[in-house]
Amino acid sequence: MSGAVEAMPAVSPRAAATRRFAISETQVAGLMIAAVAAVLVLIIALPLWALLSKSLQSVDGRFVGLQNFVTYASTPTLMASLVNSVWVAGLATAIVIPIAFVYAYALTRSRMPLKSVFTAAALLPIFAPSLLSALALIYLFGNQGMLRSWMMGASLYGPIGIIAAEALYSFPHALLILTTALSLSDGRLREAADAMGTTRRRIFWTITLPGARYGLVSAAFVVFTLVITDFGIPKVIGGQFDVLATDAYRQVVGQQNFPMGAVVGIVLLLPAVAAFFVDRRAQKRQTALLSARAVPYEPKPDRQRDAALFLFSALVALAIVATYAVAAWGSFVRYWPYNLSLTFANYDFAEVEPTGWGGYSNSLKLAGLTAVLGTTLVFVGAYLIEKIKPYRALRGFAHFLAMLPMAVPGLVLGLGYVFFFNASWNPLNVFYGTLTVLVINTVAHYYTVAHITALTSLKQLDHEFEAVSASLKRPFWTLFGRVTAPICAPAILDIAVYMFVNAMTTVSAVIFLYGADTKLASISIVHMDEAGAVASAAAMGTVIMATAIGVKVLHVALTALVFGRLQRWRRR
Amino acid sequence: MKTWLKAGIAAAFAFATPGVALADKTKVTVYTALENDQLKPFKAAIETAVPEADVVWVRDSTGVITARFLAEKDNPRADMVVGLAASSLLMFEKAGLLETYKPAGVDKLKDVFRDNAEPYTWTGMDAFLGAVCFNTAEAGGLAAPKSWKDLLQPGFKGKIVMPHPASSGTGYLLVAGWLQSMGEEAGWAFMDGLHDNIAAYLHSGSAPCVQAARGEQLVGLALDMRGASEKTKGAPIEVIFPTEGVGWEMEATAVVKGTKNLEISKKIADWVATEDANKLFAKTYAVVAYPGADNPPANYPAGADKAMIKNDLGWMADNRERVLAEWSKRYESKAAPKK
Repeated sequence: MSGAVEAMPAVSPRAAATRRFAISETQVAGLMIAAVAAVLVLIIALPLWALLSKSLQSVDGRFVGLQNFVTYASTPTLMASLVNSVWVAGLATAIVIPIAFVYAYALTRSRMPLKSVFTAAALLPIFAPSLLSALALIYLFGNQGMLRSWMMGASLYGPIGIIAAEALYSFPHALLILTTALSLSDGRLREAADAMGTTRRRIFWTITLPGARYGLVSAAFVVFTLVITDFGIPKVIGGQFDVLATDAYRQVVGQQNFPMGAVVGIVLLLPAVAAFFVDRRAQKRQTALLSARAVPYEPKPDRQRDAALFLFSALVALAIVATYAVAAWGSFVRYWPYNLSLTFANYDFAEVEPTGWGGYSNSLKLAGLTAVLGTTLVFVGAYLIEKIKPYRALRGFAHFLAMLPMAVPGLVLGLGYVFFFNASWNPLNVFYGTLTVLVINTVAHYYTVAHITALTSLKQLDHEFEAVSASLKRPFWTLFGRVTAPICAPAILDIAVYMFVNAMTTVSAVIFLYGADTKLASISIVHMDEAGAVASAAAMGTVIMATAIGVKVLHVALTALVFGRLQRWRRR
Repeated sequence: MKTWLKAGIAAAFAFATPGVALADKTKVTVYTALENDQLKPFKAAIETAVPEADVVWVRDSTGVITARFLAEKDNPRADMVVGLAASSLLMFEKAGLLETYKPAGVDKLKDVFRDNAEPYTWTGMDAFLGAVCFNTAEAGGLAAPKSWKDLLQPGFKGKIVMPHPASSGTGYLLVAGWLQSMGEEAGWAFMDGLHDNIAAYLHSGSAPCVQAARGEQLVGLALDMRGASEKTKGAPIEVIFPTEGVGWEMEATAVVKGTKNLEISKKIADWVATEDANKLFAKTYAVVAYPGADNPPANYPAGADKAMIKNDLGWMADNRERVLAEWSKRYESKAAPKK
């Protein structure tokens, strides 16, 4: 009897004594959320605030209110760019999302063969800087391109080239989200529908599509903002077609008009605000798809469906792989298009770029640090935002900050960092130009997609897990360590690889932040392309792509070896 | 308090800070707009002349380096500026960002390559010129242009690329050259006509010529040295100085005010004014600061010194903002798709 009383911790005098000094679980959660929010304020909000305050100043630093915005709205050039950006990004999104959805559907809901090959092929663009797709298109469809007759006289340089290159570049970003959204769904629904003889079309419209709705909305916003804020592709292939991102670049870089660059950047923030509200609405309607009793859907073979999806996926995959293969091939050509003999000369980067191969080792350091630190921050942050009940306002605030970077063009975020981290009043200015700032900036820049990936994965875990954990008197961190993180391990690794790869390929945010010792491989691509050394630019792009693919192969191997075992419980 | 805070944060992030500098070499951060392929030999030459220096280049196009230098004015990162357009250095001088220093041996240089206004802050190195690169293999029936006006022929429509004057020093010197040599009104009228034939404004002074050299475009208005070097690599191009003369700009060197490596920077500035240094400049440029050091590179077109117009660098610096604003008003608003 006395033993039974001692076993109940709630009434044990010793436990009661410790509790007086310890803080409660809720308080720990509160502190952690506050810490994540504080970090996000430091790495996202304050640089943006620096940018915002810059937009209200004249070039010489006086406060001028909204004067710059009035100037902006009354300059026809700038307004034309706004229109251009919106329709190009809209069209690119409209092209990418359906293709990516069918592709994701084929990967998750069919029994077509070679799925892993198709996944690898589709993710190819993520492994290369955005510029590389544009460089490849120039080799293919430029004025001296191999397939220039396909253009039927139209010029690649302009909206056609931008949309095509952006579609290639943003495709895997959409695919990642849609695959995550489609891969975890309750198979029991499908089985019930099948048992009742529901037609396939009806299953698609009533089960599949609504189930992936949240992913579709997220993916559409991700692609739209990715395209509207990318400056690498319009810079290489845009010709005289101006878009907002190139305007921001030109205002800042060419005209040295920092306030006007800041204004363009703030105009580009509008999609983020829109994304935030749409995201909130979608979340309200979203109910957990994967309840604690859910069973993953396992598609049955269907020759006709599988063959059609296989054909579609093969076409898309071929288009992607062929494009990037052309860029890799071009990097070995001695003097395009007049001397097609192959050479390694273009890989001697020191001939055309002062840092030579040094930028490559800087990129590796940056990518490693970003993957480790960024993934930890993102996943813990997403968990706290999604699964902790109290501190609603604080969580909403942290989520808003996490959503913000997607719509901030890297260039503008980078500029915000210059104004913030280089200000003489800021004690953090010792880091300006160091790898530290590059790491922080890269984590901030790619926060949103990683955050959405983490959220999408976490959302599919029923809140019942938390309820059960609480009723068992286990603190949330035990649940996080023993249940949530292991279940989401594939998503966590996806995030780490995403961070690594993007840190390898990022251009726009870091171009204003690199220091003399910390120039990155991707920045040297921009510089080589700008100087016209297209083959060397393609060569460095190929090196980056090969590295990132190597990391991805490791990722796949690790997933097969480790997670294959850890995730076995999902199957029946 | 702030020092303490800085030290604490610095320690916390120590893992990510770059390694300590080599024992007997001092890293000198040099901002430059020199061409990439020039940097390796320049670094070697500087480090031979000033053995205690370890040159770390930060290279970008003129507009970018100028923008970056101005953005950092409260907390300068560069020790020196070497090989940046003199008109940009004049802007820096006005903003009080340059150290007053007159390198030894400056008096031997050609007069135009010296800072002739007190305080003495910058020293010229070489002149770079605008030139026309014309691809003979893709010309079809079109004859090579002899004068600027030839570029206005309808046959060139959509086949000309030139550097964007806001980003590229070469772009700005072309525009400033037309405005100064033709007069403002005729200069803008010429550019109005040229704009109708332009396929794109690129962000580098080299790229237009490289694109012409590769047949991606027919005509590239570009930096003189790039024309010569692409031709040497085997490109089917002709490098032309139009008969009316071409705009030019000077590359110059200055020490940044507040640098922690003042003594070494001064030594490098001294080197810039030497005959040896100028012989190095002459490998890529036709016109250099040291009298008699000129030695035009292979395939460099003759007559560079005759083609150079009477150019006022002070005018270029003072009018930069106005000219770029006008340029942008005229040509960027028409940049939307042309039918």
